[in-house]
Amino acid sequence: MKKQEPTPKIDFKSEKDMPLAPYSLGLMLHNFTGAWRNIRPEINLKECIQCGICWKFCPDTAIYIENEYPVIDYTYCKGCGLCAEECPTKCITMVEEEK
Amino acid sequence: MRKVIMGNHALSYGAMLSRVQVIAAYPITPQTQVVELLSEMCADKVLDAQFIKVESEHSAMAACLGASLAGARTFTATSAQGLALMHELLHWASGGRLPVVLGNINRAMAPGWSIWSDQNDSLSQRDTGWVQFYCGSNQEVLDSVIQAFKVAEKLHIPAMIILDAFSLSHTYEVVEVPEQEKVDEYLPPFQPKFRLTPDDPHAFGGLTSPDHYLELRYKLQKDMEKAPALIEETGQEFQELFGRKLGLVDPYQCDDAEIILVTSGTAGYTACVAVDHFRQQGLKVGNLRIRTFRPFPFEIVRDILSQAKKVAVVDRNISYGHHGIFYQEIKSALYGHSPVPVFGYITGLGGRDITLDTFRQIIEETQKNDAPSERISWIGVKK
Repeated sequence: MKKQEPTPKIDFKSEKDMPLAPYSLGLMLHNFTGAWRNIRPEINLKECIQCGICWKFCPDTAIYIENEYPVIDYTYCKGCGLCAEECPTKCITMVEEEK
Repeated sequence: MRKVIMGNHALSYGAMLSRVQVIAAYPITPQTQVVELLSEMCADKVLDAQFIKVESEHSAMAACLGASLAGARTFTATSAQGLALMHELLHWASGGRLPVVLGNINRAMAPGWSIWSDQNDSLSQRDTGWVQFYCGSNQEVLDSVIQAFKVAEKLHIPAMIILDAFSLSHTYEVVEVPEQEKVDEYLPPFQPKFRLTPDDPHAFGGLTSPDHYLELRYKLQKDMEKAPALIEETGQEFQELFGRKLGLVDPYQCDDAEIILVTSGTAGYTACVAVDHFRQQGLKVGNLRIRTFRPFPFEIVRDILSQAKKVAVVDRNISYGHHGIFYQEIKSALYGHSPVPVFGYITGLGGRDITLDTFRQIIEETQKNDAPSERISWIGVKK
């Protein structure tokens, strides 16, 4: 699963440009939820066993796999800590964000 | 193939022939045999669909929304309190532009607890943005399901098929069940204009700012305004393939009528019997059965009713503190277009039979008065 690039946001000047249903208006790729975070997960890759549990559990799909190792996408990671909780080797630690 | 089936099963056969892919329903009262037969069809592999049992009608509609959003042709059925419990999600279906088709058996709202027919359950959902078809026979119920999917999917607007409790739902009638190949020709597979897919991730129904909400509602109404012509067009196409007409309204002997009755549901057919009866006595009466209540067929209603000397609207429903709901709609359709006096009658609530005698009283009272009174004319109240 590669990291996805956000598609350009559509600007609605007229109802004609708008989608039928309220969906693209809430396009989550434009919603940079990383700004909500006050603690950040950091992965110690030396202890990572490549099980993929953090990738599977991330509720915001903010973890992707690159060169067979997990990478956190801080643009979207809200810092919920679920990955750190679920990690079987406890190689993910939650670190206070600096103001 | 001709079958003798009840109205509930006419809905099931309609859904089966429409090749629905997902059915989500609450299986206990006020549910009827509609989904019982559909669950059997799924179990017997006659119908290739996912049957989702849920714990409430609210959940039933929620499951339908998810399925429809994923691009499946989706059906559910309910009645009375069940429809009321769905209310929140009925808005969700139309606002989310999901063409779910729902069969609703018109039952009176509790309390007093009732399983008998009146229209207050479905008319309470008038403003939820659903197309509403009121059926007069089991044949029309079956045919309407197929047409409803065609209309709903073209416009991305949900549709409700409505039938009277008992006088249709549990009454057996001869129904021509169309051949699957012909239905397939009429109704192609659902091709949604948008769908829930990992290939193009979106949040559906998310927060919509005042910058955009008004436009979304404008678009819903604009598409709703396209529905009358589409219903006529798809009804015409249906007639060419199956020989049965499915229009916005069903006029009977209206051309030279002095008094035109406005009816809906099974009362619409009883009214035709009444029309024949009065015509034998030399009284020029006609009947306009409203099949499509939403979108309201303003133009055709105006054209037909403005030729009459008097109009008598028969409502099996009531808006407390106002009047019959069809009565309000007919008056608003004619306002500024025709001076024809419109009389409103309320009768048949909670399943009280609407009979020839009911129509006799209505015709007599309409003949007697020159102008309608502000007060509701009740027919059949024991005094």
